[in-house]
Amino acid sequence: MKTFRILAAGLVGLAFAGLAHAAGGSKHPHGPEAGWPFEGFTGQYDKASVQRGYQVYKQVCASCHGMKLLSYRNLGEPDGPFYDPAFPNPNDNPFVKALAAENEVMNATPNDAGEFEFRPAVPADRFRSPFPNDAVARAANGGALPPDLSVIVKARHYGADYIYSLMTGYPDFSLYEDRIIEENGETIYQTVIDMAKFEKLGSYKPDHGPAHMIQPTGQYYNPYMAGDATPNFLGDPRHTPPGGFLAMGPQLPDGRVEYTDGTEATTSQMAYDVAQFLAWSAEPKLEARKRTGLATMVFLLVLTTLLWFSYKQIWRKVEH
Amino acid sequence: MSGHESKYTPNSAFERWLDTRLPIIRFANDTIITFPTPKNLNYWYVFGGILAVCLAIQIITGVILAMHYEASVDGAFASVERIMRDVPYGWLLRYIHANGASMFFLAVYLHMFRGLYYGSYKAPREVLWIIGCVIYLLMMATAFLGYMLPWGQMSYHGSNVITGLFGAIPLVGESIQIWLMGGPSIGNQTLQRFFSLHYLLPFMIAGAVILHIWALHVPGNTNPTGVEVKDVEKDTVPFHPYYTVKDAFAIAIFLIMFAVFVFYAPGVLGHADNYIEANALVTPAHIVPEWYLLPFYAILRAITFDLGPIDAKLLGVIFMFAAIAVLFLLPWLDTSKVKSMRYRPVARQFFFGFVVVCFLLGWCGAANPDAAVIPALQGEPSLVVNYTVDGAPASATYRGGAEAFEQAKAFMASLPEGTNASLAAVPAPTFAFRHLSLILTFLYFGYFAALFFIGLTEKPKALPESIHKSVLKRKPKEMGNAVPAE
Repeated sequence: MKTFRILAAGLVGLAFAGLAHAAGGSKHPHGPEAGWPFEGFTGQYDKASVQRGYQVYKQVCASCHGMKLLSYRNLGEPDGPFYDPAFPNPNDNPFVKALAAENEVMNATPNDAGEFEFRPAVPADRFRSPFPNDAVARAANGGALPPDLSVIVKARHYGADYIYSLMTGYPDFSLYEDRIIEENGETIYQTVIDMAKFEKLGSYKPDHGPAHMIQPTGQYYNPYMAGDATPNFLGDPRHTPPGGFLAMGPQLPDGRVEYTDGTEATTSQMAYDVAQFLAWSAEPKLEARKRTGLATMVFLLVLTTLLWFSYKQIWRKVEH
Repeated sequence: MSGHESKYTPNSAFERWLDTRLPIIRFANDTIITFPTPKNLNYWYVFGGILAVCLAIQIITGVILAMHYEASVDGAFASVERIMRDVPYGWLLRYIHANGASMFFLAVYLHMFRGLYYGSYKAPREVLWIIGCVIYLLMMATAFLGYMLPWGQMSYHGSNVITGLFGAIPLVGESIQIWLMGGPSIGNQTLQRFFSLHYLLPFMIAGAVILHIWALHVPGNTNPTGVEVKDVEKDTVPFHPYYTVKDAFAIAIFLIMFAVFVFYAPGVLGHADNYIEANALVTPAHIVPEWYLLPFYAILRAITFDLGPIDAKLLGVIFMFAAIAVLFLLPWLDTSKVKSMRYRPVARQFFFGFVVVCFLLGWCGAANPDAAVIPALQGEPSLVVNYTVDGAPASATYRGGAEAFEQAKAFMASLPEGTNASLAAVPAPTFAFRHLSLILTFLYFGYFAALFFIGLTEKPKALPESIHKSVLKRKPKEMGNAVPAE
């Protein structure tokens, strides 16, 4: 079958190009051990997890991160976490209405006096942004702009794995150490991390010598964050640990939220749920896409089979 | 062949009336129904039909996407996401369009390699080949313009790199760059003109495709033997139904692969950074074009040296454009009269080498130029202490395990104050991608030079007498049963 050789050659070429994109100085992200339920040819989102993920977003992330591409109605649309078949129009869904009304947003149009009033959100409203503009957001976060999370899973290599790894990847609190050093007659207060004890990191071996990472004020080390930690690393620069610094500290200590469905809120559980919620928000049509894909594949396979026999039939008398 | 006799007979009074006024049915009949096509075409010849389907898919999905797209720096990114979320089946349209570009290029590369292997560029098909090269250039321009439209980080910074290339041209470069961008930098005006041109160029491609098919139908198809049609009855079959059904089968297979990407891996060919809205102040760590432009990107970056008055940047641009320009000259570079590589034992080996070179160039284009090609062969990095002695820079290098670090630290501590000592890990010198790119660039051009000389000296294998005979020779046992084309 020459066709298959042709197509195989093409696929190899594409795979080649795709693989080469994966480069960088950070630790390779990993997903949860059991993988994601939305992977594979038929994978779907775990709705309960996406619902919990929304709760994590609402109670933790939303204080700094906006999701300006999403509206509250999206939560109640088909394949959305709070979809109810009884309400095909999510704007009628009382649960979605209640979720929206928990947030206060500014009216888009001025009132009779020309003022913009605040009111409880309705499902048609966009997710409430924590800051009125980027300058305010930077001012409130030590100069760093918290990225919008609407499509964050598609905007990072390794997607949901990256979110999961980042949120669970911070060094344990016990590894942090505050110290005071004297340098050139000045007293300097530092927070350092003993990298030799950071077992999760794996790549840094104790025999590489003592190794402290200085954490700059308002910055947090994370092995999954893209960046270069060399300038802050006091150990052997040939063994600089992967990763970099970000302005967001560890956000999901055990019990940070109290899940309404009673699930135990461990760090990895919350990271798993919020990563899945963000995967849904980046790709809300994934389930519809896979359903359409299955039907398309069946159609194309039948069509191809029929065309193959037509081809054999038509060419049967021609030597070629 | 355009010289072939028209076999069309108008059947109804209306057809007879129309035939004497606008013989469009006759034209269609002669072009896609009765057109005599060599009967020995293999599956490498299906990509013309596949490409026509690709163009149609891109135009249809593109026209609908344009109904929902907003060409403004404030609205472009959000409008693309609105298409993905709120437009009914908008996600499908957009994923077909975005992956369709990759499928289009995959098909065009296989189509071009087919042409290179079977000598489709040789007399009397030089014009056919050149029009094909024009289509390829238009495709690259269209793809580049279209990649700008989602207004992501890679859109913006990729466009910055490409428009910057024109800035390297001496004297007029800067003016051309400003003219392309519509201002001193990329902004709203750039996005609007790119959108306008992205909508225009596909129709220019469609026009060039008509010329391409016209130029194909004058001399007729090549075929794997490279021997021209001698007896229309024995050597050819009518295009319909023989090749319509064969092409349809191939198109269906191609669509299955296309659908796998669209439905199950729609983002795998794109770059994550393009889901971050464009920001002029933040440059992505690693700017890479889409996979189909990577080989040319590798050639552009391979040139890191000045040549006389020409600086490295301009030289890279010259080489990159030359890599495409050389295709236009190919009909006259290849001196052999034998078309098909089947009968050219030496050139055939060079052809396969050329294919490998193209793949490796693509690999280099995606890689960091300073990264080691084979990391396992790269030695351990060394520790270098940089300091100054009376204002002059000096350095000390340490190699080895943990003790080297101790020694370097001890040395730094022993240095007097004011020597600005700093410690850095310096990677061991290695064979990096920029070296590989340079070698591959010369091999790329070397192929075309080699074709010139091989053609002068190569002793080709014996050609078959005719297409008909070549078909029979492959299956001698069935010779008695062979039936000529109906």
